[in-house]
Amino acid sequence: MAVEATTGSDLVITRRSFRSFMSEVFGPLLQVFLFVIGSAVVLGGIVLLLALALRGARTDIDLLQGTITILPQVIIDGLVRGFLYATIALGYTMVYGVLEFINFAHGEIFMVGAFVGAFFSAALASSGMLTTLSPILFVIAAVFLGMAVSGLLAMSIERVAYRPLRGAPRLVPLISAIGVSLVLQDVMRMIAVNTGLGFNAQFRTPDLGQPLVLAQMPIADDRTIPVSIDSRSLIFIVVAIIMLIGLNYLVNITKLGKAIRAVAQDRPAASLMGIDVNRVIAVTFLIGGALGGAAGILFGMRVGSINPYVGFLPGLKAFTAAVLGGIGNITGAMVGGIVLGFLEAFVASYLSLFTRGQFSGASYADIVAFSILILILIFRPSGLLGEVVTQKV
Amino acid sequence: MTADNRQVGQSASLWGQLRAMAGRGPAPYVLTLAYAAIVSALLLLNPTTGLGTDMVVVLFLLLMFVIYRAPTMLAFKLTLGTILLAVVMPVFGVLNPFYIDVVTKAGMFAALALGLNVVVGFAGLLDLGYVAFFAVGAYLWGIFSTPQISNIVPGMEPLHGSWFWLFLAIGLAVGAFFGVLLGLPVLRLRGDYLAIVTLGLGEVIRVLATNLDRPINITNGAQGIKDVGRPPLFIEPLFQSLGITISRLQEYQLYFYFLVLLVLALTVFVVHRLNDSRIGRAWTAIREDETAAIAMGIPLVRMKLLAFAVGASFAGTMGVIFSALQTFINPPTFDLLRSIGILSMVILGGMGSIPGTMLGAVIVTLLDLQLLPRIANELAALQRRGVPIPSWFDPAQYQRLLFGLLLVIMMIFRPEGLLPEDRRRQELHHDEPEPAPEAKTSPAVPESAQSVEG
Repeated sequence: MAVEATTGSDLVITRRSFRSFMSEVFGPLLQVFLFVIGSAVVLGGIVLLLALALRGARTDIDLLQGTITILPQVIIDGLVRGFLYATIALGYTMVYGVLEFINFAHGEIFMVGAFVGAFFSAALASSGMLTTLSPILFVIAAVFLGMAVSGLLAMSIERVAYRPLRGAPRLVPLISAIGVSLVLQDVMRMIAVNTGLGFNAQFRTPDLGQPLVLAQMPIADDRTIPVSIDSRSLIFIVVAIIMLIGLNYLVNITKLGKAIRAVAQDRPAASLMGIDVNRVIAVTFLIGGALGGAAGILFGMRVGSINPYVGFLPGLKAFTAAVLGGIGNITGAMVGGIVLGFLEAFVASYLSLFTRGQFSGASYADIVAFSILILILIFRPSGLLGEVVTQKV
Repeated sequence: MTADNRQVGQSASLWGQLRAMAGRGPAPYVLTLAYAAIVSALLLLNPTTGLGTDMVVVLFLLLMFVIYRAPTMLAFKLTLGTILLAVVMPVFGVLNPFYIDVVTKAGMFAALALGLNVVVGFAGLLDLGYVAFFAVGAYLWGIFSTPQISNIVPGMEPLHGSWFWLFLAIGLAVGAFFGVLLGLPVLRLRGDYLAIVTLGLGEVIRVLATNLDRPINITNGAQGIKDVGRPPLFIEPLFQSLGITISRLQEYQLYFYFLVLLVLALTVFVVHRLNDSRIGRAWTAIREDETAAIAMGIPLVRMKLLAFAVGASFAGTMGVIFSALQTFINPPTFDLLRSIGILSMVILGGMGSIPGTMLGAVIVTLLDLQLLPRIANELAALQRRGVPIPSWFDPAQYQRLLFGLLLVIMMIFRPEGLLPEDRRRQELHHDEPEPAPEAKTSPAVPESAQSVEG
């Protein structure tokens, strides 16, 4: 229910040992890292066992070898998807933490971020700077631009469409958020179509370099295939990790973070302690929106082409990730994103392989994601890391 | 503040005087009849397609609500309503086949919205995947009446159109079954979780419809099912004996018009009776306060499941009718936007209010199918004449914007809808009568205190 501090009970704000600082900023990341390893090992083990079990039934290809060959690539794919969902899920979970409200329009905030990047790159391309700009500078500039626009957008949406409804029955702001999400889709489409960017906007980048070859993987007949990671995916993961560290610092160390946690825990009490609740809520939307916008930029950079409806599915899945990790819990959102990303990557890659292409893995991965959402909500509504809370009367 | 109030009070009293004048003695009868006569005459004398006729059609449909609200005898209302819907509209439909199609769709969506109203309005469960049940009904008849069925049951021939009537009932049952099946796991969830999960389930049904062409071709995938069977025209001999010769297409239009009208009337009746029943009161109790409802001994999950099943069964039946009406169905017909469209009908009209929901359905359908494309055409015509209207502005393409703005604006300014149900209005405005000066200075405290209570 509340955004939980990872070590919640320290009362000393001014002096803090180096050790506690490290554990508060990097502790959650350590947990995320453990879940990355765990998901990869467990899911990899499951597909290997399945491959062994089904090996006899298949005569056309060696199933085990096929499974092992694509495994490293699937893990990298899962990592990228995982960080994508994790960064978006943070926006859901922070807003839920302070307001107990599902910001349905968050997927569209993400989409707007992606479009900001597309506009930025188109502007650079038209002025001829795109090829000359250094890739690192481009990524930094694009990410900051996307964060600024999306963050401010999220904050203004809160001001216009959610704040007047605070205190109304639960469904009222949710319906308003659905409306905002539809409006954003169409407004963005209107802008994109009429500025020459087009419905399917190209996201061009400077040359980001060759894929990074991590290892050579031996397969039969003394041939090897490279296990490589695309430079865009690498950028994605690196930037996402930096943002997660920054967020942990902000929420766990700074005074503002303390205010956010206080508002999440008990709004009236926080207000009585002199915290400007409205400001804290606005800042929460700003942070969540900025993270969503950055995720949008990185996503657009990675896939290369975006459209105004691109935010819906990632948004929905990121919400699933937030619930999976325990909604309201920041570390939980990261962990949930990672686990969901891995699951999806494995289903998307291995379902077609195991069923001889009878079931298209990419489509059924969506179904798997939603089934997980339903199962989690039924059997462990508090999520992987959440605390069990009873409903207040 | 006070000046405002005085002005409002004055205009209300003026309005009140007018209303009192129009509501006394024979005045309402005369006024309603005059309105009906004028609109009917306009419709029948000038049935050409155009913006003017659009407006008259809107006025005609609004007439239904005028009749509903008019302070007249029930018999008068029923007679006038029946004459207008069963005589004037079909004759107009024969003269101009375009509009009766729109009116049939409006009726169909009204019935769908009434079904969703049971779930959202009565029981307070926000269902964002409602169109899934509609899809189930549509695919049910679509599969059984086309050669698609021989892929699933080898050797089985497509069913003849006369099975359609039975499938209306089967659609009802299958819809209810799916409602229970999907509702069972999710109904224990709290309101906002339920919304997201139903949204996910709606997407799952759409993804399944798109992908179930392999390994067995059940739904024919993204291509959709075409040539869906239609019921036999039993009204044909009737028309011939009356000496009316109209094309087969128009006969079908009239046929579906009356079918939808009948189903809509039945739906209104059932929903109305349900709302006044013990079950309806249980739903209201659940909507207002779940915990209190449990304490009063209301079987929470069973009642929620019932609401879900009732709503889903209406959608199933309407799906069967929809597939026969369109003769073509494909997965994109059943996307999230359709669910949201139906939801915005319920919200525009007023959650929980039967006439409100129907009003909402009519307004949204007309806006969507009729007025937006028409305005787009008129704008394009103006543009050709040199009026400076930006070329990118095509209102017909901005459905999402329309639905979205509708939802946000309704939620901020009038969450109870256009024709609200009394209890709902009280529920949504219970905190407003007292002006509470402290709330002005530090809004955070009272607001948050409320949210903790709620």
